[in-house]
Amino acid sequence: MANLLANLLKQPLTPWLSGSGPEGDIVLTSRVRLARNLRCQPFPGRAAADKLGEIMAEFKEVPTALMAEDGHEYAFVELESLAPLDRYVLVEKHVISPAHAAGPENRALIVRDDAGVSIMVNEEDHLRLQCLESGLNLMDAFNKANAVDDVIETRHDLAFMEHLGYLTACPTNMGTGLRASVMIHLPALALTKQVGRIMAVATQLGLAVRGLYGEGTEAAGNIFQISNQITLGRSEQDIINNLSGVVKQVVDKERTARSLLESDSRDALADRVWRAYGVLRYAQRISSQEALALLSEVRLGIDLGVIDEAAPEVFNELLVTTRPNFLQNLVGETALHQSERNALRAKLIRRKLKGGCNHV
Amino acid sequence: MMSTEANNMLCDDCQKEPACVHITKIINQQKVEKHLCEQCAHKSGEIAGKGINNLFGSKLSVHDFLKEMFNYTLPDSSRPALEPVCADCGLSYSEFTRSGKFGCSGCYQAFSGQLEPLFKRIHGTAAHAGKTPKRGGIRLSVAQRIRRLRHELEQHVNREEYEFAAKLRDEIRALEKQLAEPAAGRGGMADGEPIG
Ligand SMILES: [Zn+2]
Ligand SMILES: [Zn+2]
Repeated sequence: MANLLANLLKQPLTPWLSGSGPEGDIVLTSRVRLARNLRCQPFPGRAAADKLGEIMAEFKEVPTALMAEDGHEYAFVELESLAPLDRYVLVEKHVISPAHAAGPENRALIVRDDAGVSIMVNEEDHLRLQCLESGLNLMDAFNKANAVDDVIETRHDLAFMEHLGYLTACPTNMGTGLRASVMIHLPALALTKQVGRIMAVATQLGLAVRGLYGEGTEAAGNIFQISNQITLGRSEQDIINNLSGVVKQVVDKERTARSLLESDSRDALADRVWRAYGVLRYAQRISSQEALALLSEVRLGIDLGVIDEAAPEVFNELLVTTRPNFLQNLVGETALHQSERNALRAKLIRRKLKGGCNHV
Repeated sequence: MMSTEANNMLCDDCQKEPACVHITKIINQQKVEKHLCEQCAHKSGEIAGKGINNLFGSKLSVHDFLKEMFNYTLPDSSRPALEPVCADCGLSYSEFTRSGKFGCSGCYQAFSGQLEPLFKRIHGTAAHAGKTPKRGGIRLSVAQRIRRLRHELEQHVNREEYEFAAKLRDEIRALEKQLAEPAAGRGGMADGEPIG
């Protein structure tokens, strides 16, 4: 059990970030989250510490039940038992939310060995279960989440009303409790200044668009999250199909922008992405923001066949390994200063890009 | 739902400045659009804080969104004496409007008289159309199916398709009998609706 978590923390590439899967060159991941609550307990935001402990204890057997269902290994991890740094690595890997990491008392995580299924216990709702898939694959992610939900609802009495659906702490989640989202890399639309317009349309279709690390964060590295806003009054399938449809159109727009860039300004583009590659390849210090921005350009260069010295997966991996907490976790106990971290990040990227060549 | 975008539309309120804030609301299932300049948007309270020029760095949180929704229903916070309070968790309705968060699932019952317009404004509707839990949900899904069949029955009667309507009526009666049976009989029931 301890092993499962240790592997999860050290491994840079969880399988769902491998870049395989449909449209994997543009859509990094698909995620489905279901919010669920127990019927007769206060929601976590209004529960006293002992209540929270009681609620957490009620889900201790969930890993065993899930294991019996799909044969994977699952762990139940009380967040308080984790070092703060480990909790933030889990945030960078999108396994738990920043809010969940910030207040670990009486909060827990149930996680599958490949991190493809995880359940936050006592976040805003009693349960926030999420499934991740590589590429654009929302339906598989939903089917998996639904199967996990089935296992839980046969053992726990969930808060549900016939005409309002699943009851949640926040009315924006009620009904299906379903939040589906994709992480999508749009460098060509960003370069051609079309992102704003396309995202405004997505917003008008009832979808929300955010930066990489959720609400209020910057769209670092031209990576965006697109998710459904409406959770009540539509079936799960409708929500998934609607989002998938819009994402497919955005993917098409990105492909069009890429081929336009390629045909109209391949030389300028080549200069730009090779320069980005040059900085990453030789810089001695680099901030996480700059690293993300340059990695985005390099990934575009790789995707367009301009840069042939690195594999596309390198980009996905560096996306995780260059995050501040992951870096800190690599070196262990001694706390890094920002300048040290920037130096370590640069070194890591240099090593990776050197090692990533075909002739090594 | 809100987006920012530059174009040459004029502000709905002052008719002078270019509109840079476009708000789409769903009110009683009707889409209402409003286009405002930055100043008028601030004045009307349609947006919170600054930073509206950046769609992705938008400062509009769920919280602000809800606050705005509530302001719409409650022009002033009068009559606190009649205010409902959740018997299960003790949360009062005005506490709920302040935080935007329910205290427990009982709150949905306790405030049921107030909530429908809010749900409609957030989601465009107030009726669940998704999954039903299997456990204890068998009765619920039977009830749901009865409602759907009754609706269908009505349509067939309107179209004077009496033979088909009679079939539906029998089906509804059978389902109603199932529902009336004591809970012990549940195990033998067919699972009503496909789940998921
Ligand atoms: Zn104006
Ligand atoms: Zn309550």
